[in-house]
Amino acid sequence: MSNSLRDVVVVGAGIVGAAIAHELSRYELSVTLLDREAEAGFGTSKANSGIIHGGHHTDTDTLKGRLEWWGNQLWDPLCDELGFGFARVGELTVALTETDLPALDRLVENAEEKDISGVQVWNREQICSAEPQVTRGVIAGVFSPHTAVVNPYEAVFGLVEAAVANGVTLGTNCPVSDLRHNGDTWTVTTPTERLDCRFVINAAGLGAASIAHMAGIKGFEISGRKGEEYLLDKRLRHLVRHVIYPCPTAVTKGTLVIPTYDGTIMLGPTAEEVDDLEDTKTTTAGESNVFDGARRLVPSLSERDIIAQFAGTRATIEGDDFLIGTTEAPGFINVAGIQSPGLTAAPAIARYVTDLLHGEGLGLTPKSPLNRIERPVHFASLATDDQRNLVDSDHRYRRIVCRCEFVTEGEVCDAIERGATTVDGLKFRTRAGMGRCQGGFCATNCIELLTRELGIEMSEVTKRGPGSWLVLDRPDTDVDSADDSEPATEAS
Amino acid sequence: MIDDRLRVLHPKYDVVVAGGGPAGLGAAMAARNAGAERVLVVDREAEAGGILLQCIHSGFGLHHLGQELTGPEYAQRILQSALDDGVDVLTNAYLMDIDNNQNLKLLSVDHGVSILDTRATVLAMGARERTRAAIRIPGGRPAGIFTAGAAQRLVNLNGVLPGRRVVILGSGDIGLIMARRLTLEGVEVAGVFELLPHANGLSRNIVQCLHDFDIPLHLSTTVVEIHGRDRIDKVTVAPVDDHLKPVLSKAWDVPCDTLLVSVGLIPENELSRELRLRLDPTTSGPIVSSTMETSRDGVFACGNVVHIHDLVDFVSAEAELAGAHAGRFASGVRPPHDNVRLQPSTNVSYCVPHTVTTDQPHTVYMRVRRPLEKSMLRLRDNEGAVVHERRLRYVVPAEMVTLKLRPGVLDGFQGDALQVEVVPR
Repeated sequence: MSNSLRDVVVVGAGIVGAAIAHELSRYELSVTLLDREAEAGFGTSKANSGIIHGGHHTDTDTLKGRLEWWGNQLWDPLCDELGFGFARVGELTVALTETDLPALDRLVENAEEKDISGVQVWNREQICSAEPQVTRGVIAGVFSPHTAVVNPYEAVFGLVEAAVANGVTLGTNCPVSDLRHNGDTWTVTTPTERLDCRFVINAAGLGAASIAHMAGIKGFEISGRKGEEYLLDKRLRHLVRHVIYPCPTAVTKGTLVIPTYDGTIMLGPTAEEVDDLEDTKTTTAGESNVFDGARRLVPSLSERDIIAQFAGTRATIEGDDFLIGTTEAPGFINVAGIQSPGLTAAPAIARYVTDLLHGEGLGLTPKSPLNRIERPVHFASLATDDQRNLVDSDHRYRRIVCRCEFVTEGEVCDAIERGATTVDGLKFRTRAGMGRCQGGFCATNCIELLTRELGIEMSEVTKRGPGSWLVLDRPDTDVDSADDSEPATEAS
Repeated sequence: MIDDRLRVLHPKYDVVVAGGGPAGLGAAMAARNAGAERVLVVDREAEAGGILLQCIHSGFGLHHLGQELTGPEYAQRILQSALDDGVDVLTNAYLMDIDNNQNLKLLSVDHGVSILDTRATVLAMGARERTRAAIRIPGGRPAGIFTAGAAQRLVNLNGVLPGRRVVILGSGDIGLIMARRLTLEGVEVAGVFELLPHANGLSRNIVQCLHDFDIPLHLSTTVVEIHGRDRIDKVTVAPVDDHLKPVLSKAWDVPCDTLLVSVGLIPENELSRELRLRLDPTTSGPIVSSTMETSRDGVFACGNVVHIHDLVDFVSAEAELAGAHAGRFASGVRPPHDNVRLQPSTNVSYCVPHTVTTDQPHTVYMRVRRPLEKSMLRLRDNEGAVVHERRLRYVVPAEMVTLKLRPGVLDGFQGDALQVEVVPR
């Protein structure tokens, strides 16, 4: 990275920071995107439910309520441009008791207020015929065609890649350690460099309060609200076709039954306040909550079908709204407290923030033409003739790396070329290791390919960055060095 | 390494075998010997031999070949025999699709995308390991959690170590073998923890892999939480009560940087599902007749894809049967219809095959649910009358029980079902 003055440094390459960097890359600006993790999207974004909400779950009197519906509508062009997994599957919020009915009315009212068309009340028969697995105890529901499912990590990777293709500099493994205001400019310090810039965007998610404190800005704290998610075997594909919501409570939208873009069923999330922002543990209690809640909606669900469980922590602030805006520190803009529906709103947040920057004096000259990124190939979903053409021109597409998800070596190598440096990075880009064997067979293949393509040793490959090493070199067995090696401690 | 590179791939085969482990190779040879002209084995790995290739310990072949071999030796033997018998072996190949007319779509490094058809198919895809998620251990998702088989591959084929201090969850055979293997490599094995009150691996492995190396085996104890952010740094373990529920008040922490999960195998039945074969919910494998034919004509199955075996020798025996009948099917000989269903009854979790004929000899494999010291295996008719019985010595769930039904044993039996039980004597 150069030492010249940058226009903007975006701190945090989750979905929000990535969307902002991508939006800014449309203009003649110098932009740097920093993240403390080994790859973009490795914080809260990777452990998200992956739902683009329909816009009718939030009131209009909050910022998130306004940005949600706007964001919803911006996803189709993004998907066209970047090619991540995205499908408008629609949703059904179902009422199981009479006391749930006012909540349904509120959803319809919200939709009317926001001018969202197509949101309809469905009766029991309509629900049962559209979703035969939904409980017979359902009494009514609200349908929306606008709700979509997305692979959030793929969206982050696509946004970052397109941003980089249009001049944005990405710095990973770059936690910000200091922020200094020097009159007109800011100096951002990371372990490897110092960057001078005019504007700092604080999109640091769970770290947003610490970044703000570094800039001398007080006034908000981030608390963690953990959400556990449970992924079920693909055998259950099409168990439900819409995202199924219970009627919402004050704290959460409740446990959802989600038909993911990849054909698995995802159950979750929980909503648990946690003291430790890094706490992403799944718990026995969380599992019971999720399955109890989900079975109220779809009784046939069973814990036996779990193929993976994970948790992500939402960054919430007091009042539960988004905190987006300029601060008392000139040129420092907070984009904090972006909890649900943050994923949905992200493209709108990016536009909103760009407008804010413009208002603060940042000139916006559109770049033309913009560089387009090539969409990643998904071999398994190609037609046979296209598969034939591809394997004839590139033999790497002839070798299967991950048998459960049918991922070829060509796709893995492409992901590495696009910036994957870790096993999790490969998993999120290609699905290798995401299937039912959870990497039992393919993790070694992925380690071997990272070793080969990056020119590193197997012991240097990590799961998701420094500290998450996977294997050790065998100690040298030469007679000379064997004397130095410690004997194995006796097992107790 | 044997040169098994297949230079010509034919568009039509008599028998195609999915999987080139001991089951697939054995079946392919048997199909050739039964008269099938063209037999193709399709294997995903660069070398045929299946999981045997990473099992560098000895103990293979005692029953089937009458000598003690290592896994790779056993694999090499059967691969060489298969090639000598004229079997085509296609490695680095993946069976992408199979339809009801036995049209196959293959992807292979040597031949790209190929469409073939076959008269008969043998499913021999083997099994995969159950994972941490399948047994739902709560906690974080740090690096350092491996299935025992994945760790075995890393150590034996890649020449690297999974960590410095290892906890092994589950007393399945692969976990036991790895406890010994890692100890020999200088890795500290902090202990093996088993949920059940009895060990899940072969007795010989408990003795030779744990006792001989003073590795503690904690029965009725399980891992209840995984700790660590980037790399696992400890696990919490707890004893379980009679209902297998952890007693958290008695939990303790075990520092470690690696957790190996050895909690059983699941047949790999994606192709079986695609073919809509009837599956047995207990084995998770296809329901098979006495000729190892599945619920679809011309589709046979053998090895761990049908049920999990303890010994490769039994896999080979089962493969010969499946392959021979697939070969005959390809030549137009229909397998005889079975007339008796075998129904697992007291203390028997499953029987394979699921049906037999009264006029042929059969080998029936089964597993018991609970260990018994001295026991009796009985076949009863629907009225409860004993049709056949045999004394058994010590039986445990971890060791498959084999029943040879010799000709004449079922002579005169008129019913259509037999209840199979293993009870105290």
